Amino acid sequence: MARVDVLMPQMGESIAEGTLSKWLKKVGDPVKRDEPLFEISTDKVDAEIPAPAAGVLAEIKVQEGQTVPVQTVVGVLETEAGAAAPAPAKPEPPKVAAPAPAAPKPEPAKATPAPAPAAAPPAVPAARPSGRPTDGDGGGGVQTAEQRLRTKSTPLVRKIAAEHSVDISRIPGSGYAGRVTKQDILGYIEKAPTASPAYSGPRTAPAGGAIEHPIVEPWPGDRVEPWSKIRKITADHMVMSKRVSAHVASVFEVDFTRVAQLRAKAKQAYAERGVNLTFLAFIVKACAENLRNHPIINAAVSGDRTIYRAEVNIGIAVALDWGLIVPVIKHADELSLIGIARAINDLGERARTKKLLPDDIQRGTFTITNPGGFGPFAGIPIINQPQVAILGVGAIEKRPRVVTAADGTDSIAIRTMGMLTMSYDHRVVDGADADKFLADVKQLLQEFPEGAV
Amino acid sequence: MAEVTFLEALRQGLWEEMERDERVFILGEDVGLYGGAFKVTDGFAKRFGESRVIDTPISEAAIVGAAAGAAHMGLRPVAEMQFIDFISCAYDMLTNYVATARYRAGLSTPMVVRGPCGGYVRGGPFHSQNPEAAFLHTPGLKIVYPATVRDAKGLIKASIRDEDPVLYLEHKWLYRRIKEQLPEGEEILTPIGQARIARDGKHLSIISYGATLWKSLEAAEQLEKADGVSVEVLDLRTLLPMDDAAIVATVKKTNKVLIVHEDTRTGGIAGEIAARINEQAFEWLDGPIMRVTAHDVPLPYAPTLEDFVLPQTDDILKAARWLANY
Repeated sequence: MARVDVLMPQMGESIAEGTLSKWLKKVGDPVKRDEPLFEISTDKVDAEIPAPAAGVLAEIKVQEGQTVPVQTVVGVLETEAGAAAPAPAKPEPPKVAAPAPAAPKPEPAKATPAPAPAAAPPAVPAARPSGRPTDGDGGGGVQTAEQRLRTKSTPLVRKIAAEHSVDISRIPGSGYAGRVTKQDILGYIEKAPTASPAYSGPRTAPAGGAIEHPIVEPWPGDRVEPWSKIRKITADHMVMSKRVSAHVASVFEVDFTRVAQLRAKAKQAYAERGVNLTFLAFIVKACAENLRNHPIINAAVSGDRTIYRAEVNIGIAVALDWGLIVPVIKHADELSLIGIARAINDLGERARTKKLLPDDIQRGTFTITNPGGFGPFAGIPIINQPQVAILGVGAIEKRPRVVTAADGTDSIAIRTMGMLTMSYDHRVVDGADADKFLADVKQLLQEFPEGAV
Repeated sequence: MAEVTFLEALRQGLWEEMERDERVFILGEDVGLYGGAFKVTDGFAKRFGESRVIDTPISEAAIVGAAAGAAHMGLRPVAEMQFIDFISCAYDMLTNYVATARYRAGLSTPMVVRGPCGGYVRGGPFHSQNPEAAFLHTPGLKIVYPATVRDAKGLIKASIRDEDPVLYLEHKWLYRRIKEQLPEGEEILTPIGQARIARDGKHLSIISYGATLWKSLEAAEQLEKADGVSVEVLDLRTLLPMDDAAIVATVKKTNKVLIVHEDTRTGGIAGEIAARINEQAFEWLDGPIMRVTAHDVPLPYAPTLEDFVLPQTDDILKAARWLANY
């Protein structure tokens, strides 16, 4: 008797996890090698997974409906001694490679001597390489003869597979040596509509919509890392946003000298109340105060109409070691500066400790991203759909600046300056709308009322 | 409508052009009094006179050279090679002189060199050749190779009217073997440089021309009946300039290509076509580009050997079936 782990297979390079949708066997059931054992679904495909060996299903470790990373042990097979032996071994490579090389007698040219495969279409054993991720060949390493045959295909089939994100090795091939033909892959795609490109245009699927990321061949020595869920969502969302919105940007330079002074003055008092007062808090406050006066900036696009949001909920992009997340300050326009500063502290802290609730990242109406701490002069952010504008904050630092005194004389002074960049969706926001809003934000920041601190 | 042979269609085309344009004249061996070895120009000398239907000495170089000079001077010569095999005697005139005249000296050379080519007629090595590959490699020439009665007429007329030298290849196996109803009183002109879908299909394309077009059509018919495979057949009609757009279109439609020609394999046109498909439609291929051609040997006299060397319908059928199942 031997125990064989049953693993969640990797159904494609970009897939990091799979949902076990159904067990096809119960604990105690006997299973044959390659008999369908359970069904999985990933964001790209649904599939039946064959048993890696013959035996008895001894243990179920992942229940139906659970989503687990690839290579997680989902169950255990107990194999009989006899059955166990061949299980870990790679199946004998089918002997199709050498079709008695051209008869020695001069049988040249002519009807392109359809070589031996024509006569002997070798039925490739049905065994699919899907169940054995331990082979670790997904990244383009050495393949067994069987795997090579399973993925052997024509340029057209590879093109179709890339367009539909289909793993060719999963398709039963009807051509010579089990080769996947055009008919095979088209039939497969037709039968499995989930695997076909679901991108039906921005109108109907603004939030989700499968995004196709082109396949790139890794080079020898490269490391291929499947995306995490957050990376996948970010990637899809960013591409989708670029496709959906007519991005355009305005850049304003703001004199933060007054804000810097107010901040320095109040920092201690805020700290005593457990709040870190940042430049960002002032900027959020300035936006929150002005968004209601510029409703087109605090809006969303739905089909061919504009939704003017009743609430002013400002999302703050937070960079984490494992990705980017945008928690939302709800009703930001109803909060004082200290309320906003506290909300920023709180959301940032909970993002870093993975304690955000689902509601914390929803219902944003406008977003601010603040890469300034990393030093960029300015940046051009991508709109967080379905919103219509996002503000990017550049580095805030002391720079020489021409200032005009009350008597009209100019001089160069050392001022605390920073750039504000706003990307906005030109489908509904015109340059004048955006610039008026930014001008108001700038004015409020430069003349920030002391009483509001 | 009248049913005419390939040869008669060619004869009509020549006749009409000579009636239409008095600059058109014919020169060659035995084209006048005798009416040509295959009787293509039968009756021409009587109608048009000895100055427009000129019997020449047995010198292909002289025939082509005289034609080129006349063309430079504003005439429209049609030079006959009694068998196209002997065009190699005029290879120097055609490739070094005629093909380069426009480039070298800005000289227009509107002339046609035509002649019977091809095998399947027990003609042996000197009377069965297909010389197209040698000239395909020569910039400055055009090469047409009609397979149908209609195109035999349409292409000779278009060739005579072309401003550049055209090599017109006529397959002698087709001369009296194929017949077609041609409308009387309608001017038939087949544009040079345009291929034609001879049979519509969706699973596999056969690209061919000349006599093997008919063998390809037979094979396509049999494959459809026996295997239910729908085969498209493309008739190139013009070999130079090659109709890349039509070739790419059929590849994109069926994704599998078999190229069939009667000429020998190595250095044959099939290789050039395959290269163009690779360059322009690689990602549309669902199988290797295949060839059915003659073996790389001189054509034997012995009937059994000729049958073996030249591509037959059954050879095409086998290759097409293999490719369809690929």
